[in-house]
Amino acid sequence: MTAPGRTLRRQEARAGLWLISPTLVITLVVVVVPLLWAVMMAFQDVRLISVRRTGLFGHHTLENFAYVVSQPGFWPALANTLFYTVAGTAGSVAAGLVAALALRDRFRGRTLVRAAILIPYVAPVVAVAFLWEVMLNPQFGIVNTWLERPIAFLSQARGTFLGIEVPVALLTVIAFEVWRYFPFAFLFVLARLQALPKDLEEAAVVDGATPSQRFRYVVLPQLGRVIALLAVLRFVFTFTKFDDVYLLTGGGAGTEVVSVRVFDLLTARGDIGASAAQALVLAVALVVLLVAYLRFHGREAEGA
Amino acid sequence: MSRDRFERALLRVLRPLVVAVLFAATAFPFFYMVTLSVRDIQELILHPGSILPRDPTLSTYADVLGRQGFLTFMRNSAIVATASVAVTLLISIPGAYAVARLRFFGRRQVHFLFLAVYLFPAIVLAIPLFTLFTMMGLRGSLAGLILVYIAQTVPVTVYMLRNYFESVPRSVEEAAAIDGCGRVETIWRVVLPLSKPALAATGLYIFMIAWNEFLFALLFLVEKRDSWTVSLGLAQLSGGIEVPTTVLMAGSVVLTLPIVVLFFAGERLLTEGLTAGAEKG
Repeated sequence: MTAPGRTLRRQEARAGLWLISPTLVITLVVVVVPLLWAVMMAFQDVRLISVRRTGLFGHHTLENFAYVVSQPGFWPALANTLFYTVAGTAGSVAAGLVAALALRDRFRGRTLVRAAILIPYVAPVVAVAFLWEVMLNPQFGIVNTWLERPIAFLSQARGTFLGIEVPVALLTVIAFEVWRYFPFAFLFVLARLQALPKDLEEAAVVDGATPSQRFRYVVLPQLGRVIALLAVLRFVFTFTKFDDVYLLTGGGAGTEVVSVRVFDLLTARGDIGASAAQALVLAVALVVLLVAYLRFHGREAEGA
Repeated sequence: MSRDRFERALLRVLRPLVVAVLFAATAFPFFYMVTLSVRDIQELILHPGSILPRDPTLSTYADVLGRQGFLTFMRNSAIVATASVAVTLLISIPGAYAVARLRFFGRRQVHFLFLAVYLFPAIVLAIPLFTLFTMMGLRGSLAGLILVYIAQTVPVTVYMLRNYFESVPRSVEEAAAIDGCGRVETIWRVVLPLSKPALAATGLYIFMIAWNEFLFALLFLVEKRDSWTVSLGLAQLSGGIEVPTTVLMAGSVVLTLPIVVLFFAGERLLTEGLTAGAEKG
């Protein structure tokens, strides 16, 4: 009785594996296996010139980790990475939320404004980084023609603003991050806003809630999940981001982040082992921060 | 004045102001990019504050496309992006169908694997791939780059297509099966034609990733100028001082325009596809 059913089921399972196998093979060969190899290399003395001679299971050592952690620029770079990530994430999510709220109701020209907002996110990073460099150039940048005294936004590590010393280049790089990625948050929040049932807010109007109260007690609680998701996604992507900082400053003027160090170790020095160790330290730091956040957030959600 | 009326009045002022600031902050830089690209470099140095060009010229485009080699770079980018789209879709369609419809051992684990690949930092993956490609002498070849882009986009593509395939009614597929279609034939003749909007959207997504990507292009192609993509070409040339800024700005337009046009064309196509489906009920 069960025999035909079982063979059909087996046939289905076989077809499933057969159809998924190209996907699995390419993911394993190009992503998973190389990653495992990178982990191995982090514990070996491998250089680009001698890589052929280094066996896969050769002498393992912790020297690479000791080396990268004791390098003079490491801790400042880690602090930069953290500051850049937290500020960039918070800024882009907040700006995206404001933009979504402002564009929630229809008005003339909304489609045009919405399209404009999406361009920074869609455009190639190389083009927009170059555009910012030109616009902020101290000699002929258009932004500096609007200022009394030109500011070297991307090549000046420190400056004073209203009497306070601020890291100029690092803040500029963060502003770039916020500008480029707030459209991502905008899209997510707007989609959620437009899916919210109207009756809750209408009831709040009837109850005499002001606009700010309606936002605080009716709308915002319903956006909690999408904002938390956005915060995690942006945090993960920004923490290991390489392109933006590399293209804007090359890691100079006090903007060096850990991913730029990984790149320099790999290409300028050809020190694969140290580069892999540095990348592993970055990945582990990310995982630790994520787990801490999810623990904290999970408990908070339980309490609520 | 009551708090409610005060807040409403404030919002009436604040909302247009926020919209105006957002529009200026996003549209102006790109408007400036275009107007700067049709200027002579002398004009920029003499009048850095002017927004509109006094004496517009297209010689910057002739220079960047011809002498600086952007025409070659565009060809390379087009090859890389098109090949990535084609192969990724070819690999992902059966995979997405399997995850959407078939029960097989390991289906749940596959999700986890894909999420991990999606979230995994490119800078970590760059190390072993750079090493491997150096050892195999594959640096400088577009094929190697395409392979990396495929691997990076397959997980998300499978995920996006799966969501769509699940919305295709099973009854349509069953009807095809009764009519004698095999599994592959059902996918080809029934599921894919119904999924055109999803295929267009994912194809667009892959194309954008491949066209915009910078890190792997830099790692794999930097020594071989003939193989540069547009992104890499602009990044390399803007690092030097030989090429005038306005000429490079023309290069930025050439790099940005295809992607922006494709994105908005694709977005419209998508909404049209969705509304057409809704009309038919």
